[in-house]
Amino acid sequence: MLNTMFVFTSKAKILAVSLTLVGLIMLLIGFNTSIAQNSDQSHAEVSHAGDSHAGDSHGGHEDHGVANRPWSAFLVNTIFFLGIGLGTLFFLAIQYAAQAGWSAGILRVMEAVSLFVIVPILGLLFLAITGSMHQHHIWHWMQEGIMDPLSSNYDSLIAGKEAYLNAPFFILRTIIYLIIWGGAAYLFRRNSLREDRLPSGQNLFFTQRKLGAVFIVLYAVTSSTSAWDFIMSIDAHWFSTLFGWYTFAGMFVTSLTVLNLLVIYLRIGGYLPWVNSNHQHDLGKFMFAFSVFWTYLWFSQYMLIWYSNIPEETPYYLARFGEYKLLFITMVVLNFIMPILVLMSRDAKRIAGFIGLAAVFVLAGHWMDHYIMIMPGSVGYNYGFGWVEIGGFLFYAGIFIYIVLHNLSSAPLLMKNHAMIHESKLFHQ
Amino acid sequence: MAHTDSSPLIRAIYTDDDVVLSAVKTLREKGMKIKEVYSPFPIHGLDKALGLKETRIAMAAFIYGLFGLTVAITLTAYTMNFDWPQNIGGKPSMTWGMNMPAFVPILFELTVFFAAHLMVWTFMIINGLYPGAKEQNPDPRTTDDHFMIEVHAVKGAVDVLKASGAKEISEA
Repeated sequence: MLNTMFVFTSKAKILAVSLTLVGLIMLLIGFNTSIAQNSDQSHAEVSHAGDSHAGDSHGGHEDHGVANRPWSAFLVNTIFFLGIGLGTLFFLAIQYAAQAGWSAGILRVMEAVSLFVIVPILGLLFLAITGSMHQHHIWHWMQEGIMDPLSSNYDSLIAGKEAYLNAPFFILRTIIYLIIWGGAAYLFRRNSLREDRLPSGQNLFFTQRKLGAVFIVLYAVTSSTSAWDFIMSIDAHWFSTLFGWYTFAGMFVTSLTVLNLLVIYLRIGGYLPWVNSNHQHDLGKFMFAFSVFWTYLWFSQYMLIWYSNIPEETPYYLARFGEYKLLFITMVVLNFIMPILVLMSRDAKRIAGFIGLAAVFVLAGHWMDHYIMIMPGSVGYNYGFGWVEIGGFLFYAGIFIYIVLHNLSSAPLLMKNHAMIHESKLFHQ
Repeated sequence: MAHTDSSPLIRAIYTDDDVVLSAVKTLREKGMKIKEVYSPFPIHGLDKALGLKETRIAMAAFIYGLFGLTVAITLTAYTMNFDWPQNIGGKPSMTWGMNMPAFVPILFELTVFFAAHLMVWTFMIINGLYPGAKEQNPDPRTTDDHFMIEVHAVKGAVDVLKASGAKEISEA
């Protein structure tokens, strides 16, 4: 067992820290430019007062587009990275609940990624609190007076949802997600490390299985509600019963892709000698299958709305087939056609190069998918791709690399007493 | 299998799939030619141990799927847009492209239907399993709880088979 300890080199540390710093600086630049632009715009609005606002039927929605832009871009990156951590945490829970044998050799990699989930939830908490303090209105329903019948901002449809969509409950839910998701990631890791120190690991194996089963049930509820909270409530008039699953599918395929890349990275570095191309093949199958699953849900949501063609549902897609058409179509091609063509054959799933190629398409595609879910409702036509979008990505990517590699290096890559380690080593197809 | 060797055969009966798998490996190491292995269920890793050629059924399935997709596009375009254009649910139905989302379930189902059915038929025909085919199983117990390895007879084959764990050996 020469290579069971991962070494977090100082080169990688410098890379991670500098990515975070560069990202942070870009974010600050982006936020400052946005504030400057916004004050210009409000001067312009004052001079036009009376004529441009008279026919504003959007309830002040579009006006906030420019001001919302950096915050929305930050939300896009937060959700994208939340998906990586959360999807991996769910995958880890499935491995335990299903008593999976093949994956036992890569559970430590999953643990390392799932612990990262806490960072993007803190990001969401930050956005929720700043939103409720009216620093931004990504979530349209947070605007002042929108629930107040006497206000000019009043929106009776949104006021009807006040019992669920109100700032204190919203922040409370975010904290509940932090406790459930972060807590589960912490417990999985703690038990797994404790198991290493025991002479035999059977009891903790069953504890982990129970934990996995309980987490899956809690996740089934929280994955849906969190998707409504952070993404669907941006378009507060609109709703889709499929939305939770749709968001989950996107997050899950993103996390499986990242897991594939991490395993390939570790294997290239000479770690994980007990993981062979059979394990890689199974990970590739998951990535392929959930790309198709995502497309299935994407299309199911789209087709029902297209077919029934009723006014309360279609605006969502009108926006996406208007300003965002090119991105929207590109995103579907990247998320469906590319992985299907690259990964369909059996041999392709066993070759790191093909997995890597498909991973680039899938990651780019799902970043764009989250962008298209969030941007049209919060900034309208004021979207773009600049400081804040790239900066937010680099900021999170740096933290992600640091935390994941740190977690990998802080415990042996192979569990000592896990009940399925032997089965995982013998796994073949 | 594709061996055209007409030398007499030796049939060895085994009662455990793991023993069969290791027996196949030792027999091949000793240079004996295995004609066929009979088993009531698929044995994991046996195809590799026997050194069988990789199947090309996946490529066939892909082509059948593309064929099914083509059939589905032709069917929907002809019936819904050309032969008797139909307006269902107020959708603009004069071009196939504008109606396409409604046809996706059909495209999907026919792609799967053609890929699956033609793949099964191809498999059956290649393996001689069409209706009316003569049965090839020399011992009905291999459809229940026994396994059989058929080898081409060479000197000392019986001893090797016995050593590999065979319960019964017969010459045909």
